[in-house]
Amino acid sequence: MNIMTEKSLDDAVNAEMNARSNEIIKMRGDKVTVHYGDKQALFGVDLDVRQNQVTALIGPSGCGKSTFLRCLNRMNDTIDSASVGGKITLDNEDIYDPKIDVVELRARVGMVFQKPNPFPKSIYENVAYGPRIHGLAKNKADLDVIVEKSLQKAALWNEAKDRLNEPGTGLSGGQQQRLCIARAIAVAPEVILMDEPCSALDPIATAKVEELIDELRENYTIVIVTHSMQQAARVSQRTAMFHLGYLVEEGPTDKMFTNPDDKRTQDYITGRFG
Amino acid sequence: MGEHTVRSFDEELQHVDQLIRDMGDLASAMVAGAIRALLSSDQSLAQNVVADDTIMDAKQRDLDNSAITLIAKRQPMAQDLRAVVGAIRMAGDLERIGDLAKNIAKRVGAVGQSATPRNLSHSIDAMAQLVLGQVRGVVDLYVARQAEGLKELRADDQKIDIQYTAVFRELLTYMMEDPRNITACTHLLFCAKNLERIGDHVTNIAENAYFVVTGTQLPLNRPKVDETTATVPA
Repeated sequence: MNIMTEKSLDDAVNAEMNARSNEIIKMRGDKVTVHYGDKQALFGVDLDVRQNQVTALIGPSGCGKSTFLRCLNRMNDTIDSASVGGKITLDNEDIYDPKIDVVELRARVGMVFQKPNPFPKSIYENVAYGPRIHGLAKNKADLDVIVEKSLQKAALWNEAKDRLNEPGTGLSGGQQQRLCIARAIAVAPEVILMDEPCSALDPIATAKVEELIDELRENYTIVIVTHSMQQAARVSQRTAMFHLGYLVEEGPTDKMFTNPDDKRTQDYITGRFG
Repeated sequence: MGEHTVRSFDEELQHVDQLIRDMGDLASAMVAGAIRALLSSDQSLAQNVVADDTIMDAKQRDLDNSAITLIAKRQPMAQDLRAVVGAIRMAGDLERIGDLAKNIAKRVGAVGQSATPRNLSHSIDAMAQLVLGQVRGVVDLYVARQAEGLKELRADDQKIDIQYTAVFRELLTYMMEDPRNITACTHLLFCAKNLERIGDHVTNIAENAYFVVTGTQLPLNRPKVDETTATVPA
């Protein structure tokens, strides 16, 4: 019988509390289906997104992973032919409920795209735009604070602080992507969706964004779609594998990349597909 | 298992696997040769075993290089990753088995020159056959990817341990009977210890091979029948 020292007891309690916070389901997909016109893109996907964790969605092109991601902040609403079935909740609230304000939802569930897409405005304005239209700042001083904090959290402040009035499009590709992340953070979201955020970046910029994802996890819940298996293995805690519109397998990332259960996952991550 | 989209990836994995098989076969041959040389005082056979160790070392280097290059180039995942990492570790154990066989072979001269107690060779022989069976078995089971067999083989190591204890006691008896036996018996004791160590490396290989095949680790503690160590309650 081991006698627990006070310290090891503290450690155990802390570990348990962390474990519990990671157990909280931030978003839940329940039998999610998506049709684009006649074509069905998703077939009854059940997937939980845990709080303060990075969930990676992987799978070959056309498997439905981006489609699922776009359901999480109703980006599919912008496509006329798309229809979404099943249920998606954010903190147990149905996000497709008619009472939900989509603009507010997208502030809570932010998105970063594959290609950096800064507005054709200054660096400052790129970050300030969201908080301003959502009324998050009372005055200019407030807004300045939000812009600085967001740029700091996106690890761009040091590079951008002396050129806040220069156009965002003048930054390098990696900086632009971090600007887009700062823009997403500025409206104080709870969940950040990332659709292949590094596919247009060089390895150094990619490393910076990956480092950033790791830091952001403390305050946000992140869902990331990526084609890079190594990236999914590096940045995520849980991985979900999609194939032909179905969720094949979901589990702890460590297990998914060393000993997945499903043969399709195995074939995909080891490069044996098709 | 299907083939990789990139065919040269398959070839590289097969090369690593082939090297493990080669090293396994060589290790079996070296252990068998060392034992025969020891029991029949065959000097030239012993020298062959010593020479084989150079080949073993070269193969291990080849495997290390191939495995490291493969990881750098392909970033293997899942069973491919397990196969490569497992191969690196198994190669280390096989190389050590080669070293231990070489050490036995080197003692053949020393044991042969003195009067070996004849009836002693029987219990050493019995132990050696057990060890040889384990070395051959683990290579065959790895090649056949038989997880259950590997699990059983790992448990069989305790038979070697029991036989080692018997040899140890017997050698002590001979040394006490006649001090002129001490030199030969001491060398034989080292040989027996080497055989016992080979058995331990075989269990390591079995554990690694099991992980490569199944993706899960065998429990840390092997079942042991040792009843002399009583657990002290806290």
